This record gives sequence, structure tokens and C-alpha cells, in this order.
Amino acid sequence: MGNVPNAVKHCLSYENLMGESFRLPSSFQEKKWPEVHKFPDFVKIVEVGPRDGLQNEKEMVPTEIKIQLIDMLSQTGLSVIEATSFVSSKWVVQMADHNEVLTGINKSPHVRYPVLTPNIQGFQAAVEAGAAEVAVFGSASETFSRKNINCSVEESMQRFEQVICAARQACIPVRGYVSCALGCPYEGQVHPAQVTKVAKRLHELGCYEVSLGDTTGMGTAGSMAAMLRAVMAEVPIHALAVHCHDTYGQALANILTALQMGVSVVDSSVAGLGGCPYAEGASGNVSTEDVVYMLHGLGIQTGVDLAKVIEAGDFICRALKRPTNSKVSQATSRSQPSFNMCE
Amino acid sequence: TQFIKRSYDVTCVCVSFSQVSLSGLKPLPEKVKIVEVGPRDGLQNEKTIVPADVKIRLIDMLSEAGLPVIEATSFVSPKWVPQMADQEEVMRGIHRKPGVSYPVLTPNLKGYRAAVKAGAMEVAIFGAASELFSKRNINCSVEESLQRFEEVMSAAREEKVPVRGYVSCVLGCPYEGSVSPSRVAEVAQRLYSMGCYEVSLGDTVGMGTPGGMAAMLEAVMREVPVHALAVHCHDTYGQALANILVALQNGVSVVDASVAGLGGCPYAQGASGNVATEDVVYMLHGLSIHTGVDLPKLMDAGSYICRSLNRRTSSKVAQASCKL
Repeated sequence: MGNVPNAVKHCLSYENLMGESFRLPSSFQEKKWPEVHKFPDFVKIVEVGPRDGLQNEKEMVPTEIKIQLIDMLSQTGLSVIEATSFVSSKWVVQMADHNEVLTGINKSPHVRYPVLTPNIQGFQAAVEAGAAEVAVFGSASETFSRKNINCSVEESMQRFEQVICAARQACIPVRGYVSCALGCPYEGQVHPAQVTKVAKRLHELGCYEVSLGDTTGMGTAGSMAAMLRAVMAEVPIHALAVHCHDTYGQALANILTALQMGVSVVDSSVAGLGGCPYAEGASGNVSTEDVVYMLHGLGIQTGVDLAKVIEAGDFICRALKRPTNSKVSQATSRSQPSFNMCE
Repeated sequence: TQFIKRSYDVTCVCVSFSQVSLSGLKPLPEKVKIVEVGPRDGLQNEKTIVPADVKIRLIDMLSEAGLPVIEATSFVSPKWVPQMADQEEVMRGIHRKPGVSYPVLTPNLKGYRAAVKAGAMEVAIFGAASELFSKRNINCSVEESLQRFEEVMSAAREEKVPVRGYVSCVLGCPYEGSVSPSRVAEVAQRLYSMGCYEVSLGDTVGMGTPGGMAAMLEAVMREVPVHALAVHCHDTYGQALANILVALQNGVSVVDASVAGLGGCPYAQGASGNVATEDVVYMLHGLSIHTGVDLPKLMDAGSYICRSLNRRTSSKVAQASCKL
């Protein structure tokens, strides 16, 4: 349960996280729970296991395993599977085989396979390899931006503008990510206004959807509500997604909060693989299995076959020789062949 | 202990109605009382038998962490729960912090008498919302168990000892599968009208989800006032914090949790995984809800018991945090 390697611990000091300084400052606080909407009838799950998950696994995964994982996920009913990343293999060794993966997978007609493209070179390589959708990632924290991609937030936006322009010309949709939406491993608390600024910029530049990431997992239902309230004032809710990490066990409660506020797109990672390699201790993507279990329990449709996701999770965990981080997967008996999961 | 293979169909955990009403949401409580069940519910499901002095030290550390209620031990027969065989020694050995309650489980009158003799000032009784679970867990029907409890209640009433009630299987049963909210409400109402000052609603197997929690609470709250309700969530399917959040949104302000996420019910296979107190407190503090708990001290208690048990904590907050 939990897979934070011994050597990888959170940068923030204990006192930062646990002390009074962690409590929401009064400027964030609302006197009452924000306005809630009806739960969405349908939630789109964006599966990030093959990219965000694997890129933070120490064990190098052979190309054929990655391809098989994506092919298995393509059969589960998931409609979006982030396949790989066209970053330099110097930085993210796990993604060095991006060309082979993208050309090797069996693309289902009902599934989209976005890939990360940090700059125009990555974008061009992605298109050449057959990418039909790309993603760019900004940060709500300056320090994180500098440490993660070696440039300021503003500089990164200029790079993304190039990518988005080129993508528009090629009729390729672009998804945007905002890291550190609920806190930064270096700066600590992140003001909702910072998140709003970056989210709005990405949306205005042309991202059809902006995924707000709790990169370190330190967010809670309170900070999620405050952040969403601010962002929703500037970016239409149908264009927002949440990308929660479960490092502090808060992910499902945070996702629930987002759903209650009208968000209907949730990122997750099969078997709870991985996280951001540049934020120490920020492992622990929320598990797709656990998210789907909760959504189905709420009567929300996802189109996903939970039993098949569990199978895909089992497969990749065997290949990685590590236990799953999904509690649903751990709890569920897999020895019963007639096991019947919710739709 | 006999472990039963899970035989229910997971489809039954799905909420049958298509939409959960959000209109009943109340403002979040300003304060939440945490009922710490680690020393009892937690330890009784740990295979490693922990000596009395370790249990005592754990409880003392939890008292120092600011928890207002710490379930200290259980006066069940050691034949059934060997971990709790040192119940008297533990009760006599703990340092009772003023303002903190130390309830103990008492399944019957005999256990109650032994508890009071050992110095207990508050007791707890536990019923089930599922017949099969009651039969397999305590070898009698729900009705028979309530009659046993009536004896305990009478004695406790005379001696002015407060009694807390538990209802197991409120969001599903390992044997019966789904459990109707009206059945939960019935048992909760019986416990409350018998004299329990508080009724803790337990998702024993952890299979509940927020929709089911809301539906169950709605039914129970027609029979028992919300200030007398608590939730006891297991995290076996990772749903505990989301379920607790929904309970708070429906007016519940008492939450059971177990330091380091120790233990669970020994009679339902795989139903391990009490929600970790550290993770609950982290969420509540992030919502600016007052608990009175000192999280670093709580984590110290969690580290201590995990070292003694030679096991890893189940608390993600504890795993993620570093002490610099």
C-alpha cells in the first residue's frame, strides 16, 4: 500500500505540511461549501498510466510490454489513453521508445492516444510518428517550472504557443496540464489565482481541455474547492479536468469534490502507477480502478469495464514486479472466474 | 479465525438510483470528534500479539496527541480474540488524561461486569445490519444480540455508564452482499432508543461508496438525530475518505479512525483496512475543521506501533511525510 520508495521523500518539511502554515489561509476559505451541481451523468476518464505512470517507475519497461499494456487498456472502454511522451530521452529515459510505442500500438477507433510534447521539436517528432493529439504542460509554480523544464512559466507558455500554432495548422487537438495546482514541493502553498492565470492562458492559447494537477498530492477537499472556484470563473467547466495524486490519500475525496462542483473529466493511472519524476516524493497517481469503483457506485457512467482494467493493472504490475497501488484491485478476489463488476 | 471467501457479486454495490441528490448537503461542521479505534479494532486484527505494555504506551501516546476518545480494549472472551486477553492489565495500566474517554467493547453482561470492575467508565456494544454477519460473527441473530445488549444497557443505565452502539455492515455485508438502508436504520434506531448516546455506522467491508453512504445516512437520519451518529469507514476499496466527506456534508460530525490504518474485522476476509487516523485528520485540517488532534504526535504514535508490530504503516500521510 503506497509505493513511495525509501529514498524518495517529500521536499517539504514536516512542519510545513503539518503545522498551522498548512491550513487554508482565510483568503482561500469560503464560509460555506461552494455551490454544487448535480453529479455529471458521465465522466470521461483519461488514462495516464502508460505515460505519467510508467515514466516514474524505476524499472525500465520494454517497448513490447508498454504496447501490450496500451492494447489491453484499449479494450477496457477507456476513451483516452495517454500513450507516451516526446520529451528528450536524456530527461525521461523510460520514454525513449516513444516512436516504437506509438507506431506499435493497435489503435482502437474508439480511443484517442494523446502524447506529451514539451516543445516544437517534440511536436514534430510526434506528428511524424502518427500522433493525432498532443498535450503540453505548464506549472502554476515558478520554481517548479524552472526545476522541471528549466525555464520560467512565461517562457514555457511561449514554447507551448509555438506547439499550439503548429497543432492548429495540422488540425491536431491540444490538451493542457497545469502542475502544482494544489501545492508545490518547493514553494508550498499555491494561490488559486496563480493556477487560474496559467489555466486561462492555456485555454485561450487553444487547449481544448485543461487538466489541473495536484502534482504532490497534498491538496485536500478544501483547497480543491477553493482552486476550482477560482479557475471556473475564468475557464468553462466543460474544459476542465482534475489530475489527482494520492500521495496523502486524499485523491478520491478531492475528485468527489471536483465532481460535486461540476467537473466531469478525471485523470487516473491504472494500478496507481507513477507520478512526476521531478517532484521528490510525488509518486502515487490515483488508481483508475479505485476511481471507476467510486464513480460506478455513484451511478455515474464511464463506459469502462472495471474487471478489464484490473486485468491490465495485474499485467503491468507483474511486468514491473511490484504490487498494485489500487485498493480495489487488492481487495477484489481474482480467483473467481465469474466475477461480475459494475458496468 | 475462520476466513470466508468473498462470494458476493460486486455489482450489488452500485447505487440503484441514477442520481444521488446533492441538495441535502449542509455546511461542513466546524468541529469533528475523532474516535480512535486503533488500540481495539486495529490491534485485534493484527496477527502479531502485542504485549500489554506496548498497548499501554500506544494509548498513552494517543492521549498526548489530543484525541478525545480512544477505544482502549475489548472485554470479549480471549478464546475469540486472543489479542485482547490482557484487557484488565491494559485498563489498569493506561494513564487516563482528563477530558479523554476510554470506552471498551462489551458484548454481553459478563463482559460489562468485568469491564466495570477493571475501571471502565464507558462501554460499547455492536449490532449488525446483516443477519448472516451477526450469526457468523457473534453466533446469534440480530434480535438475540439486541436482547443481550438490553441487559448491558440496563446495568449501564443504573450505574450511569454511557454506552456507544455500533452497527456493522451498513454499506454491505461479506455474506449477504448489499444491505438495505432501511435495515440499517432499524438497527440504529433500536440501539439509540435502548439508550446508546451515539451510534457508529460501520462500513465493515469497506465496499461502500459515497452514493451508498448518502442513501444510508438519509434513511438512518429519519430515525436517529444526526448529532448522535458517527461513521466508521474501512478503506479496503480506497473509498473511506470520500465516504467520510459525504457523511460530513450530510451533517455527521463524529468519525472513527485507526492510527496507522491498523486492523479491521477479523471475521470478514480481506476486510482489513480501517481508515488511517492520520489521513482523516489531514483531510479535516485541510478543510479547516477543528479536531484538537496534533498530527505530528499522532504520527509518532503510528510509527511506534508499526515498529512494535514490525509492519509498514497504512497511512499515506505517514508514508509521504518526512521529518526534517
